[in-house]
Amino acid sequence: MSASYILKRVALIFYTLLVVSLLVFGITQVLPADAAVMMLGENATADALEALRNSMGLNDPVWLQYLRWIGGVLQGDFGTSLRTGQQVGPALFSALGTSLMLAVFSLAFMLVLALPAGILAAIRRGKLTDLLVSFLSYIGVALPEFVTATLAVLFIADWWGILPPAGYVPLSQDLAGGLRHLVLPVAVVSIIMIAHVSRMVRSELVDVLHTDYIRAAHLKGLSRSRILFRHGLRNALLPTITIVALDVGYLLGGVIVVEEIFSIPGIGRALMAAIQARDLPVIQAGVLIMAATYCIVNFAADLMYAWLDKRIQYD
Amino acid sequence: MTDFLRRLLMTPQGLLGSIIVVLVLFAAVTGGWFAPHDPDAMAALARYKPPGGEYLLGTDQYGRDILSRILSGARSTVTMALLATVLGTLLGAVVGTASAYLGGRWDEFIMRTIDAVMAIPSLLLALLVVSLLGAGGANALLAVAVAFMPGMARITRAVALTVRKQDYVSAAIARGEGSGYIVLREMLPNVVAPIVVELTIRVSFAVMLFATLSFLGLGAQPPAADWGLMVSEARQYLHRSPWILIWPSAIIAVTAIGFNLLGDGLRDALNPRT
Repeated sequence: MSASYILKRVALIFYTLLVVSLLVFGITQVLPADAAVMMLGENATADALEALRNSMGLNDPVWLQYLRWIGGVLQGDFGTSLRTGQQVGPALFSALGTSLMLAVFSLAFMLVLALPAGILAAIRRGKLTDLLVSFLSYIGVALPEFVTATLAVLFIADWWGILPPAGYVPLSQDLAGGLRHLVLPVAVVSIIMIAHVSRMVRSELVDVLHTDYIRAAHLKGLSRSRILFRHGLRNALLPTITIVALDVGYLLGGVIVVEEIFSIPGIGRALMAAIQARDLPVIQAGVLIMAATYCIVNFAADLMYAWLDKRIQYD
Repeated sequence: MTDFLRRLLMTPQGLLGSIIVVLVLFAAVTGGWFAPHDPDAMAALARYKPPGGEYLLGTDQYGRDILSRILSGARSTVTMALLATVLGTLLGAVVGTASAYLGGRWDEFIMRTIDAVMAIPSLLLALLVVSLLGAGGANALLAVAVAFMPGMARITRAVALTVRKQDYVSAAIARGEGSGYIVLREMLPNVVAPIVVELTIRVSFAVMLFATLSFLGLGAQPPAADWGLMVSEARQYLHRSPWILIWPSAIIAVTAIGFNLLGDGLRDALNPRT
């Protein structure tokens, strides 16, 4: 991988964030919300509102407002929340930490289940295991998070009382309690990805097992397990990295719903609250941070792919 | 055409998917005609009834018949999902084809911009559009269409570019066929097939996305009989009767599974070689 390729990718990330910032700024400009009214209340006098608008720069031309906002963002200043009056940046980044923890646990849980399921289905192609895995994956991709979350709360939390139905406890405070609160959200976020990734792993591995070099390995007399682990999986699992990275976009969407249902104070819940309250600075910063997360994960996946598979030559 | 239908119905996915989709579409078209009760009629004495007897699937917190509500909800939920997907596909197809046709720098610029929009999770994009336009069914439709547009643009462009490079297109050019013939008879049939497959599968995402928007309070508004809204409302009453929650959840899942199966069946039927 050449340095110019990496430079090009970094430039693309900046272009992506430029487009996203223009888009979200445009949307929030058109939103029927008046920041001055939100801060001073409905009963404020017209003079007071006008004075505040002038001091906040809301009467400036739109491009100047955008430049001022994006200039602040580049210096790490995401503005102040209209609803709470607090700095947006620190609040959102600590919420992002919570969401990322949820996402990382979900990814790990997904891989632990999806890889063996996909591999088993590919080895036992056409047999009962294969049918069972593909049957379950059809059901898995068809269940929206809010449905699985509600059913999980009904059956596991309410009827059996094994796990808490909602809430969040920081892991640093109480490790066991924190983990217990995470089980249901993690399981719910992972289901669709488990179904999707196990299907992908199966089809990749089926393709690889039909290649000439696998046949050659059989003819050489290598053992089945050696063929599978040394020759088959290494080639079949590589494309999975890219698929998982693209799924992160889906994961971030699922996190919004799950945080809302299980009352987890992450960035998704902060964004939902901001959208409902038309808290423009929080919406702008939240969308930008989510898009940046997606870009960085995909960039990292590309780098990892090229590092693991020496045949890949990006330029 | 009959040959294609036979191939579709031969595969288990195609058969099962077709049956489910036909049933769901039938319910969506007929709306509540076959509903045994008025979907909005409340009955104070018949609240939280379990399935069976007069109310086949039971009644909800206001004594409304759940079966009737699901049947009449099919119209709003499924019709909206179909319309949103078709609209999103058309918008995406225009952008994707234009990008493939223009080529060069324009192609690069359009596709990089599409990629950039795709960095926003589609649920979040839909949420933003709905918050811009206000909550409600028609606005949710537009939001889902906008959320699907970039993905469909990417797929259309990729398909159009591969088809353009095929030997049969070169052969048609070499035979001296007119560009109208090439585009309509050689390229279009091969471009449409993969897009129809993708569209079918997307309908299941659209059903789920719609239901999610309604669940979050940004799609259909009460007292509409909408599947996502039914799940959302049922959450408060799940201790009294879990059936209010289970039926609409199940019908959302079955519908999504049906369109997924049909999409996979179509893909197999349209590509006999793989």
